[in-house]
Amino acid sequence: MKLKNKIIGGAITTASALSVVLIIAIIIVILVVTIIGGKEKISWEFLTAFPRDGMMKGGIFPAIYGTALLVIIMSIAAVPFGTITAIYLSEYAHEKSWLAQTIRFAVRTLATVPSIIFGLFGLGFFVQFVGAGMDNWFLGGQLKWAQPNLLWGSLTMALLTLPVVIVSVEEAIRTVPRELREASLALGATKWQTIKKVVIPGSISGIMTGTILAVSRGAGEVAPILFTGAAYSLATLPTSVSDQFMNLGYHIYVMSTQSSNVDQTLPIQFATTLVLLMLTFTLNLAAVLIRSSLRRRVK
Amino acid sequence: MLPFTFKSSLMNPDLAKNKFLFTADSLKKKFRLSEFLSEKIITSVAFLSIAVIILIFVFVFRESLPAFKPRVKHNIEKTSSTGNKPESYGSSDSAGALQKPESYSGAEPAAANKPESYGSVKDTSVSAGEVNPDSEFVAKDNNNDEGTLGSLFSNEWYPVSENPRYGLIPLLIGTFKVTLIAMLFAAPIAILAALFSSCFAAPWLREWIKPAIELLAGFPSVVIGFFALMVMATVLQNLFGYETRLNSFVGGIAMALASIPIIFTITEDALTAIPATFTEASLALGASKWQTAVFVILPAATPGIFAAVLLGVGRVFGETMIALMATGNAALSGLNPFESVRTLAATIGAEMAEVVFGDMHYGILFLIGSLLFIFNFSINAIAEFYVKGKLVKRIQGR
Repeated sequence: MKLKNKIIGGAITTASALSVVLIIAIIIVILVVTIIGGKEKISWEFLTAFPRDGMMKGGIFPAIYGTALLVIIMSIAAVPFGTITAIYLSEYAHEKSWLAQTIRFAVRTLATVPSIIFGLFGLGFFVQFVGAGMDNWFLGGQLKWAQPNLLWGSLTMALLTLPVVIVSVEEAIRTVPRELREASLALGATKWQTIKKVVIPGSISGIMTGTILAVSRGAGEVAPILFTGAAYSLATLPTSVSDQFMNLGYHIYVMSTQSSNVDQTLPIQFATTLVLLMLTFTLNLAAVLIRSSLRRRVK
Repeated sequence: MLPFTFKSSLMNPDLAKNKFLFTADSLKKKFRLSEFLSEKIITSVAFLSIAVIILIFVFVFRESLPAFKPRVKHNIEKTSSTGNKPESYGSSDSAGALQKPESYSGAEPAAANKPESYGSVKDTSVSAGEVNPDSEFVAKDNNNDEGTLGSLFSNEWYPVSENPRYGLIPLLIGTFKVTLIAMLFAAPIAILAALFSSCFAAPWLREWIKPAIELLAGFPSVVIGFFALMVMATVLQNLFGYETRLNSFVGGIAMALASIPIIFTITEDALTAIPATFTEASLALGASKWQTAVFVILPAATPGIFAAVLLGVGRVFGETMIALMATGNAALSGLNPFESVRTLAATIGAEMAEVVFGDMHYGILFLIGSLLFIFNFSINAIAEFYVKGKLVKRIQGR
């Protein structure tokens, strides 16, 4: 009996340990394969040049540039709104009130809505409704906003990343010690003053983590921008928010599945994937490090 | 104590000496505009996420209305009654413009030059028409009402034909197949890993495991899809020797990679949330570490684990890029796991770029979107209310 117990126990412990090893091995394999496949192609020229000869040569600068613009506009929209919602949830709302619970439920739902639905929503709401409305009202029916562009793509992405920001900012706000708030209030500061001078500065690292995670998510998602602004190949860089843009993830997708010469462009595809993976991986790593130092502070 | 002595006792130096320094009135909050405004603004911004959910509901449904619009019958040129070409569309070998490009191995140059955006819809549908005899009927889709809404439950997904059929059955079967395969791989691995991390691992190791697995969550799905398409598909094909290179098996495993971190994180949280008293009681009774883990902690956390798997299912169900890149995208309704499939989300992603606004196909795609949204919404609601309530009750011993 004892021996049998030991064997089962050993088996379960080993199996669970192996699962962890397997997951980490998968992470390492993906990283290594991408690095091996893409490292030869990576060069300064690749990062800063336009594609040439029908994507066969040259670089991916427009895609990097478009992704950067996308995440910048997205952050401008998502970070303030996300932070304010987090402040409301942790400072103003009563934990048990139906309103706070509904907002929490909405945030969690938003976090689990498939990204393609955001794409559909961006197309139906921003492009077809808001864009068409703007064209009718301001431009007299001239077609400018009622088509996919950088602004609509970024706003769609902002909705997708909103819960990311909310969750990490709220987590950080909760680490601001109660005593600090009480001290501030006891000194006569009002609630808003306390929030402005004590809570927000105290949770700045959380806001940073939230932004970083949102940027990393936004840089990697493709489905939301499939029909709200991404383009495969553009001759010029986007100059205004009403232009279409190129995007790293979309570039990988089109090149690997829909281009006519997949085999010839394979190194370029691997290199593009490497750039995107390194970008998101570094951002995530930074967020994890900031977050773990934050958690240590609490303890 | 007469009422007037209370008034503004702070302002009046005489009254300030009064021992009733703080009164009901003086303690009342003063009205401050900035305070008031900031509170109102913060509250109204907080409504944004609720508003977005409602707007998604409204607009995704609104755009799916064209699918239900009754159409005027046009009797123009229904040249060939169904039969020859359309029927063969579903099978991958003679696939039309929509299905070819997705399979990497057999990528056809001409069909591959797909539009970058739906901005150029009309041009491309025409240019595709030059390439593929099947799609010359694209332009006529609008006039066709035959076999449309009624065909939703049919077995054929054949949207771009002279007689379009929008049978969701193959798409549903495809989606469920991929989801099942993904869960068969992801759930055991992720739950075991969570068990290791929360019950067996030393604290210092745990500190490392959790963030490391969270890094996998940060991998963009397009990267996982690319990895599956270029590397995994070939490796698995060599390993198992099946025919179609991209199929639901490859797609399922790739999606398992995407859902492992979700299941892991939520399961891990559920396992750690079990009070230490449970463990202590079990150990005190003489149970060993693994017995405690398997017979005490794991059963106590089942609702949480169930929620984790549910959310994993939701993730796989709505996953678009991996499905687009790694499942082969042929709307077959067989049950063989080594066949190509087309999932609901991938259908939206692949076809939305080519539809004409406001026509039937467009509406149907939004209808699929509504389906996905409702499905995900219910999954989340179940995970949220039912499961979490149960977990709390169980831990509190009620």
